[in-house]
Amino acid sequence: MPKYLLLKHYRGGPEPHHPFPPMDQWAPEDVEAHFAFLRNVREQLEASGEYVDSQALTPAQTWVRYGGPDAAPVTTDGPHPETSDLIAGWYMVDVESRERALEIAAHISSEPGPGGGPLHEWIDVREVMSHAPSSSDAA
Amino acid sequence: MIDEPARRLDEGALRALVPRVLAGLVRRGEDFDAAEDALQEALLEALRVWPEHLPRDPQAWLATVATRRLVDARRSEAARQRREEAVFAEPRAGATDAEADDTLFLLFCCCHPELSPASQVALTLRAVGGLTTREIADAFYVPEATMAQRISRAKRALRGRRLDQPGDLAVVLRVLYLVYTAGHAGRVDLAVEAIRLTRQLALATEEPEARGLLALMLLNHARLPARFDAEGRIVTLDRQDRGLWDTGEIAEGVRVLQSALAAQRPGRYQIEAAIAALHDDAAGADETDWPQILAWYDDLVALTDDPVRQDPAAVLGRAVAVGHVHGPAAGLRETDPLRAVLGDRHRWHAVRGHLHERAGDLPAAATAYAEAARRATNVAERNHLVRQAARARASADRLSSGCG
Repeated sequence: MPKYLLLKHYRGGPEPHHPFPPMDQWAPEDVEAHFAFLRNVREQLEASGEYVDSQALTPAQTWVRYGGPDAAPVTTDGPHPETSDLIAGWYMVDVESRERALEIAAHISSEPGPGGGPLHEWIDVREVMSHAPSSSDAA
Repeated sequence: MIDEPARRLDEGALRALVPRVLAGLVRRGEDFDAAEDALQEALLEALRVWPEHLPRDPQAWLATVATRRLVDARRSEAARQRREEAVFAEPRAGATDAEADDTLFLLFCCCHPELSPASQVALTLRAVGGLTTREIADAFYVPEATMAQRISRAKRALRGRRLDQPGDLAVVLRVLYLVYTAGHAGRVDLAVEAIRLTRQLALATEEPEARGLLALMLLNHARLPARFDAEGRIVTLDRQDRGLWDTGEIAEGVRVLQSALAAQRPGRYQIEAAIAALHDDAAGADETDWPQILAWYDDLVALTDDPVRQDPAAVLGRAVAVGHVHGPAAGLRETDPLRAVLGDRHRWHAVRGHLHERAGDLPAAATAYAEAARRATNVAERNHLVRQAARARASADRLSSGCG
């Protein structure tokens, strides 16, 4: 069973399906519906035996690189969350096929937005490489 | 066959068994007060029976009889009544011999100042708490191998260190509080585990801050059943169903706190417990004794020379109390000097959102809550703050369209 990482982004991804404001500016009942939907996604994945992990990341992003010998690490913020491909969190699922991973991702993307309609958010689907030693010889 | 006089146990030796048996019972998870009472009854029984038949293993005998008493006490409402009266009537027994107490010894080892806080916590849970490495790993969401490594590195770091000196009690208290605040997420409830360990510590030392910490944990833990709704959403203190609070824990917390305060050596845990007790004491949020809470916060910030830098959390808590006593504008002013220290933390923005909302400035409240949500590091808190922001924004919009 391959594992897939389904990445959610704060504001990023390709051209958005339609513009929408940040969640703290939605109607309270729309916020509630959104949270309830995501809770339900996790419960469904657990029930189907496909859930591995889900995590959320804070939006504060710091880039860091080696500063050289005897130098402190070099850090820089940004680019700013509004313009970047900033990861908001992920689901990791263990599924039968790539098609099933895409199906789950599409379902997540139907999460309700302001006004209750689907958000059509882009989900970044990435296959996780296996660590398991192969039981047959490489070709 | 038996040499009677040689097998007679004098009273000093009998008393020396008390802390060990008591620590054993409490370690097993028995309630502090109930265990002490049961042991008292077992001691009376010992004084009656032992002159005739001295048991081969007096400590085990006491533990067995006390356990039997505990079972009886649980079954009997009358016994429960008697126990509570006895606790109120008699102050707790005097100092236990630290040397005789393996609990305190173990805690000092595990909370050695040269260990990192994460190692102190892990080692304490293993050696004193008796949890398995797997359970500790689960509680902190790290792989078991990682936690096993952390524990064995900590033990290696202790090798060759002198462990026969009394340790730093302040470190032990901090470690136990860390365990408590790590929460109750995995299969092991760390909050309950922290309470259990702090009970043991309170048995092993006369230091009132140990009892202060135990009281603080109990008085906070009592509100846990009301802190989240069925969907896992945070319910703030002012909106909690106070009927869900654990009155038994509150009563015990207040008792423990009173006995600590009687020592007249206040410290931060006792003061924070006193504040928690005042919240627990209010039948409704609007009956909260804010002037009294503010007075305790005054004491709390007075513990450090430069509270804004050394204890910003206390200054922030005090600002909330000021907001209730002297009005939200005064509360907001109290938060201003904290901007440089806490301006990057969600809690500073959340408190300001709350104060703006109470002042009726809903747009400012919405902005502050949104800022807080961006900085939150806990999913439930983040979601709560997004809700608060959306709610404040919606109310502001309603008001402005109503007025316009």
